[in-house]
Amino acid sequence: MLTTSTYKKVLHQLNGSFLNEVGGLSHFTARFFKQGFKPRYEVAEFVRQCFVIGYKSLPLIGLTSFILGLVLTMQLRPSMVSYGVESQLPAIVGIAVIREIGPVITALIFAGKIGSSIGAELGSMKVTEQIDAMEVSGTNPFKYLVVTRVLAATLMLPILVLLGDSISLFGSWIGINIRGATSFQLYWTQVFDNLAFTDVLPAFFKSFFFGFAVGIIGCFKGYNSSKGTEGVGISANSAVVVSSIVIFILDLLAVQVTDALGLN
Amino acid sequence: MEQLIKPEIDDDNKEFSEPVLKIQNLFKSFGDNHVLIDFNLELKKGESVVVLGKSGSGKSVMIKCVVGLLQPDKGSVIMFGKNIPELDDEELDRIRAKVGFLFQGNALYDSMTVRENLEFPMRRTWIQFSQEEVKKRVVDTLEDVGLAHTIDMMPAELSGGMRKRIALARTLILRPEIILYDEPTTGLDPITGKEIIELMNEIQKKYNTSSLIISHDMKCVQTASDRVVVLIDGRCYAMGTYEELTKNKDPKVKEFFE
Ligand SMILES: Nc1ncnc2c1ncn2[C@@H]1O[C@H](COP(=O)(O)OP(=O)(O)OP(=O)(O)O)[C@@H](O)[C@H]1O
Ligand SMILES: [Mg+2]
Repeated sequence: MLTTSTYKKVLHQLNGSFLNEVGGLSHFTARFFKQGFKPRYEVAEFVRQCFVIGYKSLPLIGLTSFILGLVLTMQLRPSMVSYGVESQLPAIVGIAVIREIGPVITALIFAGKIGSSIGAELGSMKVTEQIDAMEVSGTNPFKYLVVTRVLAATLMLPILVLLGDSISLFGSWIGINIRGATSFQLYWTQVFDNLAFTDVLPAFFKSFFFGFAVGIIGCFKGYNSSKGTEGVGISANSAVVVSSIVIFILDLLAVQVTDALGLN
Repeated sequence: MEQLIKPEIDDDNKEFSEPVLKIQNLFKSFGDNHVLIDFNLELKKGESVVVLGKSGSGKSVMIKCVVGLLQPDKGSVIMFGKNIPELDDEELDRIRAKVGFLFQGNALYDSMTVRENLEFPMRRTWIQFSQEEVKKRVVDTLEDVGLAHTIDMMPAELSGGMRKRIALARTLILRPEIILYDEPTTGLDPITGKEIIELMNEIQKKYNTSSLIISHDMKCVQTASDRVVVLIDGRCYAMGTYEELTKNKDPKVKEFFE
């Protein structure tokens, strides 16, 4: 049993860091929704950010997805063979990649690459007063820097997930062909025959939330960076850590929701 | 949009009339840290006022309250007849287009070239400029600060003195009527510092601006000021011309002039 005093102490510690953080982030998110959909719209900057964010992470996500599909297939194969269901390999890998591994791994790589770069970029802009300079130059820095980046991350991650999934499945086809032979066409038929709408859609939906989380946390950390060059490093680092954890929490919530909706 | 030609004024006997900036009873605290306590200041058209104060005395806080980057707890900042703390974003942007701010650390956008840095305020302000105007104004302003050749360089490729000049050019690009300088010579060697002060004086003459200069560089105070305000304990502790203040007997003021 927790005594009241230890309870209070724990609560106090939580209050100092965790709750503060959650409060700050909620406030920041509310500000995003309040300002994000009112003019002026920073369309040019948004398009530029989409390009930067999507393009920057594409090679990394492509490579990791390919390896993931290939390795997953090679690792699953022996057990599948021992059960005599080797022919089901494309179906199993397809479901695993599309429903869970693809979105989560892509989002984590995205958090590492984009979350940290947003955190560091906005952090250094904050520390060197570039954000203040924007504000005195007739620009709302929140709209120009934060809203554009968050929207771009939200939009780009699902696209990257779709691309990553396809590359993973391609890797898996190569994995299958290392031992034995399956034609490219047959492989895809086997993957898609076993995929239902309810496999693809929830996974696609949750990647929007993952993208939003990476964007908003990266911006939050950067925008509230403490003074000094050390502050920039801390912002970048904690942007990755926090968004990675949030991705898993969202993943957990998503599975509950789809379960409740009977989509599983 | 070019400024009018400066009216003929005898340099040794300047007469300043209407105030363009009036700070009245300004209070600002951060928690228990009371930074500004009843600060007052007046800046007249065409005048250069230097605010002198120790590090951490709240000079940057004061100047940020002036442009609305910080919200004061109490008091008013009247600029061009409007009270800055009460303005909404749109009105604030209109006033800010007439005010230049030179940041202590330059605050150049380091992901942009020098050209893009200078274009940014022109493209973002509510005043519409044509493509040619923007191009021409950027080149002209870079020539004003003597750095026309750096137009396609990144800020990281420039020296500290050059960066200060580029920041000054960016401050000037909208032809502001008031320029706020936050420690324009700090972190520069004495010779470069002197060049920056000369440049500031040239600009003042050329565009007939009023300047509020924050500094603790006595060379700067001596050569760039019409009037000096000493900021101690969060308020305007002493005021006068450089010559007057050198004769001031108060030990706190004397400290600065030794
Ligand atoms: N955003 C802020 N939050 C909390 N405290 C602040 C903030 N900005 C400034 N301060 C505090 O206000 C005081 C005055 O700071 P300010 O930057 O105005 O000093 P300064 O006179 O410009 O000094 P320097 O010559 O070193 O630039 C300092 O004690 C500083 O800690
Ligand atoms: Mg300062």
